[in-house]
Amino acid sequence: MFPLWQSTRDLLPIIIVIAFFQLVVLQKPIPNMGQLFVGTVLVVLGLSLFVKGLEIGLFPIGESMAYAFARKGSVFWLIAFAFLLGFGTTIAEPALIAVANKAAEVAAVGGVIPNNESSRESYASGLRLTVAFSVGLAIVIGVLRIIKGWPIHYLIIGGYMGVIFMTLFAPIEIIGIAYDSGGVTTSTITVPLVTALGVGLASSIKGRNPMLDGFGLIAFASLTPIIFVMVYGMLI
Amino acid sequence: MSELFIHLFTVILDTVYDVLPIVGIIFGFQILIIRKPVPNLRKVIIGFFYVLIGLAFFLVGLEKALFPLGELMAQQLTDPSFIYGAGKVTEVIAWQDYKWVYLFAITIGLSTAIAEPSLLAVAIKANEVSAGVIGITGLRVAVAIGVAVGLGLGTFRIVMGMPLHYFIITGYFIVIIQTFYAPKMIIALAYDLGGVTTSTVTVPLVTALGLGLASTIPGRSATLDGFGLIAFACLCPIISVMAYAQLSEWRGRRNNSEEYSIHKK
Repeated sequence: MFPLWQSTRDLLPIIIVIAFFQLVVLQKPIPNMGQLFVGTVLVVLGLSLFVKGLEIGLFPIGESMAYAFARKGSVFWLIAFAFLLGFGTTIAEPALIAVANKAAEVAAVGGVIPNNESSRESYASGLRLTVAFSVGLAIVIGVLRIIKGWPIHYLIIGGYMGVIFMTLFAPIEIIGIAYDSGGVTTSTITVPLVTALGVGLASSIKGRNPMLDGFGLIAFASLTPIIFVMVYGMLI
Repeated sequence: MSELFIHLFTVILDTVYDVLPIVGIIFGFQILIIRKPVPNLRKVIIGFFYVLIGLAFFLVGLEKALFPLGELMAQQLTDPSFIYGAGKVTEVIAWQDYKWVYLFAITIGLSTAIAEPSLLAVAIKANEVSAGVIGITGLRVAVAIGVAVGLGLGTFRIVMGMPLHYFIITGYFIVIIQTFYAPKMIIALAYDLGGVTTSTVTVPLVTALGLGLASTIPGRSATLDGFGLIAFACLCPIISVMAYAQLSEWRGRRNNSEEYSIHKK
């Protein structure tokens, strides 16, 4: 088991920072010591269990599916799987729901959409669909890249150009939200699965190197939403 | 205590709900398309169970212990009465006035990135794939430094009210230039690390900080200027991880060439 003390060590910096600011900078006592202690114990236990689960559950299933798809040799089903994995894990992502609602608020205040509940709701769900679609597309592009052996930096630099280009035309209110949406789409469960899928694919396809080609799926998934959210901001 | 258990139970249910689509897709494909039994099915199911329980514990613990205090702190540190002293009103803001805010952003970025579970997952995988060349702790520290610098810059931007896209586009140019000089094996990994650093731990604290700042500084709007901290925290680790790899490669080369010159003698 991932030793408990290691999780404790990982958490220690946050506790030190918060204690320092509370006691030294703000000069206030620490409230609810008991609750703080219980919470810290839960975090340490949770992190240890999570890592154990990664090693026996998420990593092996991601890799074994990558091997199975490579042996089956069906690119179509692999692409379908990649898209659904990206789309399915993003649409329900709580962080994305929060950002989408915030964005709807901004749009309503800015007069982009009528300021009432139903139009805010449809704006937010449209945004979520857009982001989920773009993450699905990103995983598909990433998987195709691994299969074909395209160099990653051309695709990423191309993506950056896309972001810069869109920034020139997108309404100013959407830019901050668009940039942030790239970071919130990849959840704690998606990341290990997608990483294991990429590494598994790269190690089971001849001529691919897991270190050079296996990573990069997450990178696409954090880049495409930025572009698509700006497109969404322009169209609506 | 019973309240805690009820809360824990609802969070576990929420996590199950989040994971259901993933489980559905995986098993759907496994049964309908791959049509082969999952190797070590029992172990995989136990693993999913651990991940679920682990994440729920982790989230409840954070909500109980760290988030309330951290969010309150972000509000207090950005409060004008803390920065200028009670009762004083200022019209002109100097960036130096917010020194504690920058220090808080930097240290909270450093410490939350270290505790981020998805970063740990990618670091474990990178260590395994690189056969130990990439150290788990080294990589996490490199990312944490990036997040810290990013949040420091991001809070500075909010205080000064500068346009976000200038910073981001400059960052992109640095990444592009580094890509051509950094060791090949790190590039894809570095790009990935930008996306994994900001999740469960970092986002709530950073959002509170950004909104707190933007809503208390005169002339900033919470909705327009409050966003963008996450974007900084995603971009800067790419730069810091490539820099870390460049630095280790450069030091390795220098040591090798010294050995080589000794051999020649």
